[in-house]
Amino acid sequence: METKKTTFNNRLLPYLLLAPQLFITLVFFIWPAGQAVKSSFEREDPFGLSTSFVGLLHYQRLLVDPNYLDALIRTGVFAVAVTALSMLLGLAFAAAVDRLTRTGRIYTTLLVWPYAVAPVVAGVLWWFLFNSTTGLMPFVLERFGIDWDHDLNGTQAMILIIIAAAWKQISYNFLFFLAGLQSVPQSLMEAAAIDGSGPVKRFFTIALPLLSPTTFFLFIINVNYTMFDTFPIVDATTVGGPAQATTTLVYKVYQDGYLGLNIGSSSAQSVLLMLIVMVLTFVQFRYVERRVQY
Amino acid sequence: MVENRPFLTFLTHAFLILGFVIVALPVYVAIIASTHDVATLMSNTVPLWPGSHFIENYSEILTGASAANGLPNYSHMALNSLVMAVVITVGKITISILSAFAIVYFRFPFRQLAFWIIFVTLMLPVEVRIMPTYKIVADLGMLNSWAGLTIPLIASATATFLFRQFFMTVPDEMLEAARVDGAGPMKFFWDILLPLSRTNIGALCVILFIYGWVQYLWPMLVTTDPGYYTLMMGMKRMVTVQDGVIQWQLVMAGAVLAMLPPILLVIFMQRLFIRGLTETEK
Repeated sequence: METKKTTFNNRLLPYLLLAPQLFITLVFFIWPAGQAVKSSFEREDPFGLSTSFVGLLHYQRLLVDPNYLDALIRTGVFAVAVTALSMLLGLAFAAAVDRLTRTGRIYTTLLVWPYAVAPVVAGVLWWFLFNSTTGLMPFVLERFGIDWDHDLNGTQAMILIIIAAAWKQISYNFLFFLAGLQSVPQSLMEAAAIDGSGPVKRFFTIALPLLSPTTFFLFIINVNYTMFDTFPIVDATTVGGPAQATTTLVYKVYQDGYLGLNIGSSSAQSVLLMLIVMVLTFVQFRYVERRVQY
Repeated sequence: MVENRPFLTFLTHAFLILGFVIVALPVYVAIIASTHDVATLMSNTVPLWPGSHFIENYSEILTGASAANGLPNYSHMALNSLVMAVVITVGKITISILSAFAIVYFRFPFRQLAFWIIFVTLMLPVEVRIMPTYKIVADLGMLNSWAGLTIPLIASATATFLFRQFFMTVPDEMLEAARVDGAGPMKFFWDILLPLSRTNIGALCVILFIYGWVQYLWPMLVTTDPGYYTLMMGMKRMVTVQDGVIQWQLVMAGAVLAMLPPILLVIFMQRLFIRGLTETEK
């Protein structure tokens, strides 16, 4: 890792400057993570008086627990659905705005603000829109013969949180795709136009391949977002139900640990989640080059 | 634009307007719902045109009793949200700019290690270490306190990386000139580096204020005293009433007010916001 060629020579000062950040990181990040690893190998008696080492027991139980495996698959479906939906819409909006020269800025303003809406508020808004007695969507869906009730129907509850989570993320993807599209060299586009390819063909054969670093970066970021930042959406609307149909991995850690006080199992789940984040972060920093690079 | 295609341009506008209508739909419905009375919202499908209870609902939520039992009043929660967002923003920027300064402008043992320790925070979001973090905050006696609400959220790898990257682009001659003129490290930091970082700090302020404002899980874990409730927790409490009906008109008025500050920030500081978003990478 590089520094400046010339640096200051103070011995103590750099440590003082780093102290607050390192202190908070060690006390509130690394220490608890270590504790989670430790208690994932232990069992606590019901009164919390003694703990005994149980090895990989919690992990072995989790990996054969149908509830956990279901949550794992469900989280995968959730992550892929939210990522695909929000990235496709973000890309479509970005491609449209990129075509416009003067009005582009206005549309950008009209499309970026959902980023600032809190996940919990986003959840409540869509929940209200799909509310089975007064909501607008069930009223419309009824015309198509669909009986909407996300309090009873697990699939519908899942669709609800997918829409709410994707809605919030469209603006993020839109901004990154737009930045990517705007740095596609104009000369390439002009050359292709002279050779007779229309706007649609140019988009698919020139812009889209050049966007692949952006796309890959956004894929990782969106999966990360869906797995970890959507907790408030679930907690404020479906509370993981009906019948666990919207219990994601993170929500299960919360249910089992904070509400169910099953520390061992919850810690083992935390450790597995940490491994997932580590892989995602590693991939993000190792394989994702600077976003727009040709 | 490479060539002029009026019909395609028309389609582009139509698509974007339709897209905006769909994206804005839930917010529009929320605003409409916040202008009706409870009877209208209980019986049938939500109307699509504003009602006549706008002033009544908003003054009730801002001044009146809370919409659910045991909640402090709305302006109290709004103040808590504001304090939390501002403290987190200022805290993150302060400790990150100092760490980046240390890492870029000094050479000292364990520099690499310090960098990696900061990096690791990216891999440990609150959501994956709920119980042990809660336990530490409880052991330190920080439950139900401003310190417990804000300090554990202040560490920031992304802000540190942003400042580090920016400092690497500051010409070395600046430092040499400052040293020739006899400036020490802190003088250099205050008089040269900090003024140069203004735009980056501004961009981070927008992003981090939103980050602090929307916090949900952490305040829920560490506060049980309603006096510390933020707007985000209030939202959840208002829609989970045990008995009786959800006061949708008040919930929606509350949601509209809770969305407003960060949305206005994004719209009016759009340039800084986009810069902050695309440069912190996360």
